[in-house]
Amino acid sequence: MSLGMLAAAGGGEGFEAPGQDIFWWPLFGTSGAFAVTRPALVLVISAVVIAVVLTLATRRLTVVPGKGQMLTEAGYGLVRNSIAREIIGSHDFLRFVPLLFTYFTLILLNNLFGVIPFFQYPTMGRIAFPLVLALVVFVIYHFLGIKRRGLGGYLASLIPPGLPGWIKPFVFFLELITYFITRPVTLALRLFGNMFAGHILLVLFITGGEYMLLHSHSLGLQILSIPTFGMGVVMTLFEILVEFLQAYIFTLLAALYIAGSLADEH
Amino acid sequence: MEGNIAILGYGLSAIGPGIGVGLIFAAYINGVARQPEARGMLQTIAFLGFALTEALAIFGLALSFVFR
Repeated sequence: MSLGMLAAAGGGEGFEAPGQDIFWWPLFGTSGAFAVTRPALVLVISAVVIAVVLTLATRRLTVVPGKGQMLTEAGYGLVRNSIAREIIGSHDFLRFVPLLFTYFTLILLNNLFGVIPFFQYPTMGRIAFPLVLALVVFVIYHFLGIKRRGLGGYLASLIPPGLPGWIKPFVFFLELITYFITRPVTLALRLFGNMFAGHILLVLFITGGEYMLLHSHSLGLQILSIPTFGMGVVMTLFEILVEFLQAYIFTLLAALYIAGSLADEH
Repeated sequence: MEGNIAILGYGLSAIGPGIGVGLIFAAYINGVARQPEARGMLQTIAFLGFALTEALAIFGLALSFVFR
């Protein structure tokens, strides 16, 4: 029996499951097709918060770090040492650390805003935001590859060496799809899908529990709302884990794509 | 019965990545158990494989909302 049928049996007018429309939050300027929406506001707030926090945390650096400095250094060290240096290589990773650290902090804070009270909106749950972040990576790794080898050399370098001649066109075609379509699309969709699905799941458990507790008139459903809220709390904790993981993975993949364009051989 | 058959499609598309993610982390655990000092390198590879495999399930999720 579905949740809606259960709720209808309880005497209410039916439970409305959350869908895509919970992500549409225009704040002002809704006259035309354009509006200033809630994710835009959250994104601006996150940029300001990151700038202020990082400026304050690095203003007075001491040899023996305090608590704030230690946290900042742990985050920076993760991006610098275990992502950038490990993957891009010790020769020219330093150029890309600012970009990767920006990605990591921006995505992490925007994801965490999905569960922080009063914000509770994962900005990356709107496809436009991860798409722009992925397009920046897309432009950068193509630019680096073309700058290094020239356009023809770059396209030729997509084919792994040592293949028999007749198979080269097919492999070239596959690699072309990988580099120009699959990579940016999966990079954007992975972040988007995780945040979108996670937020819908949280909204489903919380609004479902609220509906069963307040709007159904059967004792059984009201008791059942307690484990539903419990699941909501558990899923919130799981979401925090997923949010860290997605920020890490996005940065990791960005570094990997950049490293692929810088590498000498395929 | 009423509902959207696209959700069934998402369920089907989650089977393969589910098995794949399981295999990846099984191999990761095996690798760390055999050679604990390789943990850092294996972790990067494991999460990379996890991300690439998971993309298939995410495709299914996105498409189930596209074709409603």
